[in-house]
Amino acid sequence: METLEHILLQPFRSIAETPMFFLEVLIGGLMSGVMYALVALGFVLIFKASGVFNFAQGAMVLFAALFFVGFLELGWPVWLAVAGSVVVMVALAFAIERVVLRPLVNQPPIILFMATIGITFFLDGFGQTIWGSDVRRLDVGIPTTPLIVGDLYINQFDLFAAVICGLLVTVLALFFQFTPTGRALRAVADDHQAAMSVGIPLNVIWTIVWSVAGLVGLVAGVMWGSKLGVQFNLSLIALKALPVLILGGFTSVPGAIVGGLLVGAGEKVAEVFWGPLVGGAVEDWFAYVLALLFLLVRPQGLFGERIIERV
Amino acid sequence: MIYRETGQFKASYAADQAIFRLVEDRIGMGAILFLAFVVMPLVGSQYWLETIMLPFLIYSLAAIGLNLLTGYAGQLSLGTGGFMACGAFSAYKLATAFPDLHVLLVLVLAGSITAAVGILFGLPSLRIKGFYLAVATLAAQFFLLWLFNRVPWFTNYSSSGVISAPPLAIFGDIWVTGFEATPVAKYLFTLSLVSILALAAKNMTRLKIGRAWMAIRDMDIAAEIIGIRPMTTKLSAFAISSFYCGIAGALWAFVYTGAVEALAFEINVSFRVLFMIIIGGLGTICGSFMGAAFIVLLPIFLNNTLLALGLAEAVALASHLEAMIMGALIIFFLIVEPHGLARLWQILKEKLRRWPFPY
Repeated sequence: METLEHILLQPFRSIAETPMFFLEVLIGGLMSGVMYALVALGFVLIFKASGVFNFAQGAMVLFAALFFVGFLELGWPVWLAVAGSVVVMVALAFAIERVVLRPLVNQPPIILFMATIGITFFLDGFGQTIWGSDVRRLDVGIPTTPLIVGDLYINQFDLFAAVICGLLVTVLALFFQFTPTGRALRAVADDHQAAMSVGIPLNVIWTIVWSVAGLVGLVAGVMWGSKLGVQFNLSLIALKALPVLILGGFTSVPGAIVGGLLVGAGEKVAEVFWGPLVGGAVEDWFAYVLALLFLLVRPQGLFGERIIERV
Repeated sequence: MIYRETGQFKASYAADQAIFRLVEDRIGMGAILFLAFVVMPLVGSQYWLETIMLPFLIYSLAAIGLNLLTGYAGQLSLGTGGFMACGAFSAYKLATAFPDLHVLLVLVLAGSITAAVGILFGLPSLRIKGFYLAVATLAAQFFLLWLFNRVPWFTNYSSSGVISAPPLAIFGDIWVTGFEATPVAKYLFTLSLVSILALAAKNMTRLKIGRAWMAIRDMDIAAEIIGIRPMTTKLSAFAISSFYCGIAGALWAFVYTGAVEALAFEINVSFRVLFMIIIGGLGTICGSFMGAAFIVLLPIFLNNTLLALGLAEAVALASHLEAMIMGALIIFFLIVEPHGLARLWQILKEKLRRWPFPY
């Protein structure tokens, strides 16, 4: 009884006692949620347009960040490094479409999923073979000093990340909504065969989608890289993006954002207020268990398309 | 010419339902078992038995477990590592709490506990499927590992978190775990267990329960309409799969490494086992063995090749190259034969039937 009260009531009491601290934790969580959403966004783009569950998104984040840092260390100016990394990611998209996706057309989803795990291994190895596996510091001039609003401390870097993420989502939304290419992408997402029958070239669309996902990966890689340093761990962030995905629904861009915010805020609050009671490191699994419980209630995620099945 | 069914008549139902219906298959299987049980312990060095055969056998067992769940019942799972850890830690708790318990009983009980945990984490499969389910099973992976890492009860309040497996003996004084165990004893013990469990798995897939799994895999709604209960079928798949994974985990910790630690069952293990069943062939028992052999032997082979080429001076570089080649090979295999090595074997058998006069 006492332990139950300890776990169920005590944290709420401490939240009520220190509302400002709670708010700070919450905001910190939301901000890191934005960063998860950045990674999850790449997943959603590819899943929407090609039905491929792209496990390699995390590896792409690392790959992009490694090249960006590598170019900077070669003494290239920032704009050239950005351009170079963009070229690398687009080339990567071409290569993946050509070498992996095209021969595997019409295979069951699990085979494509495995192929992306293969890509993950390859990219992790390839990137680190070229650039080495040391932790590299990435400084693109984003201030990290805390901003003080009233009684609240807010990390300026996180704020910056949130703004970038917002911009990215807006640009992507405009791109999807108003350009011919975007329209073609949405058509492919709705129905592959119908899209092909009205003359939309599937291969080109896939290349574009993978390029866009690569660019999103680049942004995520630069943001995460400046936060944690560019290192192999970046590749594992993909695993954190997965519960974000199933919370939001695999096919929904807003879902990725909302899911990211929920997961980020939830796990920070759980870690700070509940973590010490059960030995800490609740962050490792909290997002997954949250997603699991959520799925029991709503199998298609928050904003996912309703799954209708017929025999 | 040599391998064909012509002239081999089945005179009874039992003969018609045998696993190996052809004399040639029976001879081949007998030869493999003879090699494994008699020749290998006699000629195999300690390196071969302990570093290659043991992980191969244990991974095969885990792969069979996952294959029952993913290949036969169609429920994609990424929680294999978690379930293996569960088996290892339950076996440890059982062996230390009841020191007199026989090793086989320890393993079976550990498997049963894992089966119960598997049912618990299999519950979401009743509502969700496909990749949603795969991500949900990741919850098992992370939660279970966290639990074993953080709750000191599981490690008997050891301070380091790394604990050695207690020595256990089969038949009186033939030690199969701990320091006194000889490589041959460990190898034969594991081999016997894996053989029996593989035979059981093979038979299970031919029974009503296996057919129900396959019906659920192929189309769950249709299966439900013809009277297969989705709940019992899916949960039984989770239970039996976890049972196999649990025993594999217990063997890994007790027989192979000799240390019970959560680190040995990280998420990478789950992926490796998944690779095995995909490269070996989904929905085949022999594919589980082939896939396990491929994934266990490939890194060793690559490592030695890189060493021979003189490329492995930098350890980090070698491991990166290894990952690269591994990834490329996986993609290559998927493109060449998405149905896995087992399918290649089947094609070979078809060819053999007509050899040397194909029409």
